[in-house]
Amino acid sequence: MQIEYIGAFQIVLGVLYQFWPVWLAMAIVLFASFNFRKHLGLYGQLYDSGVGISGVFICFFWLFTAIFASRVAPFDPLAQIPIMKDALPGAIVPDSGKTYLFGGDKLSRDVFSRMVFGSQIVLIIAPAATAFALMVGITLGLPAGYYGGKIDAFLSFLANLVLAFPVILLFYLLVTPGIMDTPIPYAMAGVFFLFPIIFFTVLFYTRFKTRPEKLYPYVGLTLLLGGWVYAGLVFNADPLGIISIDPNQLNIFVAVVFASSPGVFRIVRGLTMDIKTRDYVSAAQTRGERPWYIMLWEILPNARGPLIVDACLRIGYTTILLGTLGYFGLGLAPESPDWGTAIKDASRLLRSFIHPALPPTFALMSFVLGLNLLADALREQSMKD
Amino acid sequence: MLTFIIRRLGTMALTMLCLTLVVFFLVNLEPNLKKLAISQTEMRTTSDQLESWLVKNGYRENFFIRYGQWLGVVKKQPNIDPATGAATPRFRFCDEPSEPAFAGVLQGNFGCSTKFKTSVAAKLFPALGATGILMFWVLVTMVPIALLIGILAGMREGSRLDRTLSVASIATTATPEYVSGVIFTVIFASWLGWLNGSAASASQGITFYNFTLPVMTLAVYGIGYIARMTRASMVEVMTQQYIRTARLKGLSFGNVVVKHALRNALIAPFTVIMLQFPWLLTGVVIVEVMFRYQGFGYTLVEAAGNNDIDLLLGCSLVSVFIVLITQLISDIGYAYLNPRIRVQ
Repeated sequence: MQIEYIGAFQIVLGVLYQFWPVWLAMAIVLFASFNFRKHLGLYGQLYDSGVGISGVFICFFWLFTAIFASRVAPFDPLAQIPIMKDALPGAIVPDSGKTYLFGGDKLSRDVFSRMVFGSQIVLIIAPAATAFALMVGITLGLPAGYYGGKIDAFLSFLANLVLAFPVILLFYLLVTPGIMDTPIPYAMAGVFFLFPIIFFTVLFYTRFKTRPEKLYPYVGLTLLLGGWVYAGLVFNADPLGIISIDPNQLNIFVAVVFASSPGVFRIVRGLTMDIKTRDYVSAAQTRGERPWYIMLWEILPNARGPLIVDACLRIGYTTILLGTLGYFGLGLAPESPDWGTAIKDASRLLRSFIHPALPPTFALMSFVLGLNLLADALREQSMKD
Repeated sequence: MLTFIIRRLGTMALTMLCLTLVVFFLVNLEPNLKKLAISQTEMRTTSDQLESWLVKNGYRENFFIRYGQWLGVVKKQPNIDPATGAATPRFRFCDEPSEPAFAGVLQGNFGCSTKFKTSVAAKLFPALGATGILMFWVLVTMVPIALLIGILAGMREGSRLDRTLSVASIATTATPEYVSGVIFTVIFASWLGWLNGSAASASQGITFYNFTLPVMTLAVYGIGYIARMTRASMVEVMTQQYIRTARLKGLSFGNVVVKHALRNALIAPFTVIMLQFPWLLTGVVIVEVMFRYQGFGYTLVEAAGNNDIDLLLGCSLVSVFIVLITQLISDIGYAYLNPRIRVQ
């Protein structure tokens, strides 16, 4: 049977048309933010520079693509239509009349739909892993920088230990199928997922210690929500059955948090050492505030600028790490549509077909670029103040 | 200064000890040992046979004794063949002492590679040499280009040239090796046909045709980062009083940049370049796998994929050593280049 093709111009139109929910959502959000940018603080200031706008544009594009993935993608990411094996871009599926806009891959799946669904995996794992890494880094970096001495020496030694590991070797050791039979990933998850709970409990306790009417609801809510998520993620025993995670994804998640939290630790430690010499910290010490209050409510808010910039860069870096995992076929399922796995599959066949390789590479590149532009614009803005 | 270096070397030794212990623990996990036993024995062996293979080759001895043997602080016992009573090596492809002796890393014996069926030293050091050549060419291209871009961009902050170069360097830092490698291969190998998409033949002889793509792919990711650091440092230097004085004295702009600004602006990038080595190490793994270049990264992936215990330990020792020694050099070099910093 002969496959019919549409022209290059029609492919472009078709792609633009497929993304219509994304365009609509972006138009609303960007228009609204642009008009109210004076009242939106740091986020609003991003709209003052070209770099900031392009960063926001790219990040929102991928965010909405991930949210509306099932609407944007014309096909199921795992569905195979045998006749479309290695089909060139713009091939029309004979039965349904729908188009493989970016062609088909070697297992005759739609490259465009896989790229769209790949964004979901990246946009769930990368920001979440970064958030956990931030929690771990902050909770350990603050005391290391504030107290110095033995605590600092010990924690810094541990951080340097992890940083001295080449990332790729770390992944090969931690993200292998065999390790899922041992309790190591679960133990690590148990340790890492404890940090957000500790962080928020201490945060509220130091603030509302003298006001029990506020203390109990906040701490209670933290423990309840934290415990619920903790039970679901670590023990896979959520009583309500809502939160669960695939063991493979847990393994990846833990490995990525493990690899990137020492970096956060170093930054937080450096910032803390710098900020603790300021006058307002001495004032708080003279007032008789407890160390943890000073760390969490005096030092941390004043370190937020560099931390936000670092978080943006770090999400990008985590995306690259996820891609590396996919590229080496570690952790993620072989048919998973994430960008790294797609690049791996396509790069083996570059001699014969190049079209399956390009969409995931450009997707990954543009997303990381967007985050880096965002970080750059944020840094520029914080320099101005 | 000397006590500083000695203390740092001590920390380094401790770090390497801890890391190798962690790696040793991870490669000796039960599932990994099973994997090794399955790949080393013949097809369709029962689990009893796998177990006896592990016992016979000493994988079931005490963990710390085995680590000590690998390290060279515990004597390695010869493997006595129960049938003949004579000492026979565990693996026919590499020698073992026939009587109890210290034969570990400290004595220079890295052990046997079960995957490549040779001693680790015979596999690892040629691979390191091959990677050294790759690294050399990467540094030779990367460093001058990155410094040039950074200086040009930082010379006049906020100019059109600065904006363009800054965005370009952000773009390269957003492009990991496995992305740029694919894009370059598509452009230069598939479309234009100028370069070879595989560097497998580079082991016999390096040519422009087969070696440019790996070097380019590795260099591009680093260029952006170094260029941005150079730019930041250059921008800072250009706002200093002595630069203004030099300008007011009537020196030309080019003269000021080359004679007054450059030397001070290059201190920060030096540390950055040294700290790039750990990044390059990860990049090397990706690039060598992608372009099929038989170097250190390729060896590491093969060792990890097949749970080749001794080879993997050797690889991690080497890579950790490189990371730590570059950190040390960057610290010493920084103190040396910048007289304002004094090491306590």
